Amino acid sequence: MLAVPLTGCGGNWQSVLDVEGSAAISLKHLIILIVAVCSVVWMLVMVALIAALWRTRDAHPTTPEPVRERRMTLAVTGAVVATILIISTFTVLSFIATRTLNVAGQDDLTIRVRGLQWWWGLEYIGPHPSQRFETANEIHIPVGRNVRLKLEGLDVIHSFWVPSLAGKQDLVPGRSNELTIRAERAGVYRGQCAEFCGMQHAHMALLVIAEPQEDFERWAAAQRQTATPPIDEEAAAGLQTFLTKPCAACHTVRGTAAAGTTGPDLTHVGSRRTIASGMFETTRGSLAAWIADPQTIKPGNNMPLVPLKPDELRAISAYLASLK
Amino acid sequence: MTRPATAPDTRDIDIERTRLTSTLAETWKTPPGFWGALTTVDHKIIGRRYIFTAFVFLALGGVLAALMRLQLAQPEARLIGPDRYNQIFTMHGANMMFLFAVPVMEAVAVYLVPLMVGTRNIAFPRLNAFSYWIYVAGGALLWIAFALDMGPDVGWFAYVPLSGPQYGAGKRADIWAQMITFTELSALAIAVELVVTIFKQRAPGMTLDRIPLFVWSMLVTSFLVIMAMPAIMIASTGLILDRLFGTHFYNPAEGGDVLLWQHLFWFFGHPEVYIIFLPAAGMVSTMIEPFARRPAFGYLGLVMALIATGILAFGLWVHHMFVAGLPRLGDSFFTASSMAIAIPAGIQMFCWLATLWDGRPVFKTPLLFIIGFIVTFVIGGLTGVMVASVPFDTQVHDTYFVVAHFHYVLIGGAVFPLLGAVHYWFPKLTGRMMSETLGRWSFWLIIVGFNATFFPMHILGLEGMPRRVYTYQPDLPWHGLNVFISLSAVVLTAGFLLFFINVLKSARFGEVAPDNPWDAPTLEWATTSPPPSYNFAMIPVVGSLHPLWDERDTLPVADGLRTDRRELIVTTLAAAEPQAREASPRNSIWPLLAAVATTIMLIWSIFSPWAVVWGSIPIAVALIGWFWPKGTPEDES
Ligand code: HEM
Ligand SMILES: [Cu+2]
Repeated sequence: MLAVPLTGCGGNWQSVLDVEGSAAISLKHLIILIVAVCSVVWMLVMVALIAALWRTRDAHPTTPEPVRERRMTLAVTGAVVATILIISTFTVLSFIATRTLNVAGQDDLTIRVRGLQWWWGLEYIGPHPSQRFETANEIHIPVGRNVRLKLEGLDVIHSFWVPSLAGKQDLVPGRSNELTIRAERAGVYRGQCAEFCGMQHAHMALLVIAEPQEDFERWAAAQRQTATPPIDEEAAAGLQTFLTKPCAACHTVRGTAAAGTTGPDLTHVGSRRTIASGMFETTRGSLAAWIADPQTIKPGNNMPLVPLKPDELRAISAYLASLK
Repeated sequence: MTRPATAPDTRDIDIERTRLTSTLAETWKTPPGFWGALTTVDHKIIGRRYIFTAFVFLALGGVLAALMRLQLAQPEARLIGPDRYNQIFTMHGANMMFLFAVPVMEAVAVYLVPLMVGTRNIAFPRLNAFSYWIYVAGGALLWIAFALDMGPDVGWFAYVPLSGPQYGAGKRADIWAQMITFTELSALAIAVELVVTIFKQRAPGMTLDRIPLFVWSMLVTSFLVIMAMPAIMIASTGLILDRLFGTHFYNPAEGGDVLLWQHLFWFFGHPEVYIIFLPAAGMVSTMIEPFARRPAFGYLGLVMALIATGILAFGLWVHHMFVAGLPRLGDSFFTASSMAIAIPAGIQMFCWLATLWDGRPVFKTPLLFIIGFIVTFVIGGLTGVMVASVPFDTQVHDTYFVVAHFHYVLIGGAVFPLLGAVHYWFPKLTGRMMSETLGRWSFWLIIVGFNATFFPMHILGLEGMPRRVYTYQPDLPWHGLNVFISLSAVVLTAGFLLFFINVLKSARFGEVAPDNPWDAPTLEWATTSPPPSYNFAMIPVVGSLHPLWDERDTLPVADGLRTDRRELIVTTLAAAEPQAREASPRNSIWPLLAAVATTIMLIWSIFSPWAVVWGSIPIAVALIGWFWPKGTPEDES
């Protein structure tokens, strides 16, 4: 099986503790603080337990005695008061931390994120209708800017979670939720659906690519373009097959007659790093493998097997790989 | 005691001891053989059966857990496909919650509560028999469906729309919803029986402040069951209506609401967790006394903590929905209420520690499990405080961190006390002691295996591994920990196996147990091991919280009950003063027939709405048979 190469920010790229987003950074501090306090509490309880078991292990039973009872009442009361203080502090801390999340301005970049079984549909919305475009499974954002995500569950409930950038938020059918993310450093951040959404919940990943403003602009401009026309004969044959076979009923390739909306927009599929929601690196080979047998690779997904002859398969994968 | 006038020669005071016991035995007996087994209403036989069945479900659920661990040991393993895996984790969760954890606690109570309050049978004994049959039928429905590849695959909380008509194909989600109906019915029945038993059948003199702590915990638990179950009943009925009749309770396209399901489910689902934990806490409070060799410290505090937990349990369901997009201010309220549950939990924990501190511990297996419980449950409680914080939860919700958290509270907080309780009450149930050697071995294997299995899951969660995934990709850094976890699960499994071996072996070859092997203070130890069918030849009269410690040799008894028919004493609610002699029903086949009729109706209704109409006729017939006077002596009263 092909693997997606580790790109970007080193070792762990889907982690609560390896963070580059402003929200995730403040969450990490909160998490470390709470975990540290709780660990101390646990150790204190363990010390008390060991002491309790140790001190009297060989003694003879005695009856409860008022002086000792009173002393223990005092100790228990003290421990309860300490408990109340700790949890009150935690409550206030989380209240404050919650308020700093999700602060979005008006002029932010806005992306509509749609959760579907089992992929992510993306729609970039600019100030002008002409700046609008669609893509899938790979979000590009400019570094250091707030990006507002409008989250919509189109079939079942999904949850948008890129731990290195921010906490998760559900995509609930019939409701509109929002999440603001902001990357402080350029890099590739992996995320994954975090609400069980059926058969292929395990393979519903996405990438967030944070890049400098100019790079982002360049990328967005390229994405707004219609598809590059086929460059050679094989790709042209691929386009033909694509249009005559059922592919076009489900997928859109802007600039061609293919305008289906059941599956991801493929206009620039060759430019995306992965296919099948993060399952494989995008290569001509992986595209061919996917098209040849999507149900074995990702059982239960909503793309049917479309029977193709070997040369049709070759042509289609060449064409798609050329859609940069 | 006042003595209402009846035929004097049949009263217990008028006949000598041997004749007394033989007459009582004749009156209360369950006939041997198959027919006796089907018709019995003896709470001890039903309780034992219930406990046994619940442990069978524990073992089955454990097999599913092992399968999951096998699959997750390798990235992109192809051992179990996504369809089966989703059924497996749904079955594991639903089975463990609805068929093991809740029923096993109630089962222990069915056996113990009447003995601990000093009465001869549970209130509504035929309802009790009915409850068991319904429970077995619900369990069979779920597991047979799974065997036929029709097991539910939508997770144990079956969120809509995934479980709704559009996305939940086939009958899988219906089977889940109907299994809920079965377990609801049986749990509600037991809850009502326990409340009445505890309120009205306590031994004379057992005032409210002399009720054993386990009994208190079951009283609070029973009220939780009675108040929480309606929510899930409404939820699952709405789901079945959506699926079967095309209503739109949960369909946003037609004005329904997806989050309505989550509110209703968790309004039940969160108290459910305490329905599992409170009895376990009660077991700990009760067991700790003989092993610390002193009364539990802070009786009043412990009781108040139970009640406070029960009340708070209904005020924090939203903490399961922190990332669903509810208003943030409301979320903060639920952070506060969820944190607040740490207070009663803390009170109990500190009282137990104080008891051990001042006590003289005897290190037998039950105490070992109590210690194991304290060590692990505190971790589970603290991670609970963590996920109660909204911002914290947005990172760990629905990840393996949460899987670790709830196994620490469910296994550490409920299964450990339960295993201790099995070792502790085994002599009462079977008349034989469990092996200490095997007990110690299984304790150490379980505690080490458990922590090695579940602690690393916290880390996996923080490293970004979501729960309920059938596999993960090789380039994610989760492989090492997953292998470690799967290997540790082998140790855990070995511990459980040893425990089961110990139970089976000791039941046959264990050392014969005396009446009160642990020198325990509560009434169940005042009768023989195992108790006779009538529990107590004479109903004890209680003068303190620890009757067997304070009146070691001369437990006073009440007299005046008839021996020729099943009779027990009804006492007043608060002061437990004798009020009346009350007849207790005889064995009957009708509960079984009523359960069969109910089962047919419920299963049929998965396939056709008309089942509700036609299926109710046999149920009505069975109920008429049930309540028809049979001309037994008990009918007179
Ligand atoms: C015997 C040891 C056990 C092991 C090794 C084990 C293992 C697991 C694993 C790996 C999962 C996660 C499945 C996933 O997210 O894909 C899980 C889920 C779960 N377990 Fe256990 N478990 C054990 C015992 C128990 C017990 C005793 C209970 C309850 C009393 C329990 C209750 C649950 C619940 C409620 C879920 C969630 C199911 C869902 O997501 O719908 N488990 N268990
Ligand atoms: Cu999803």
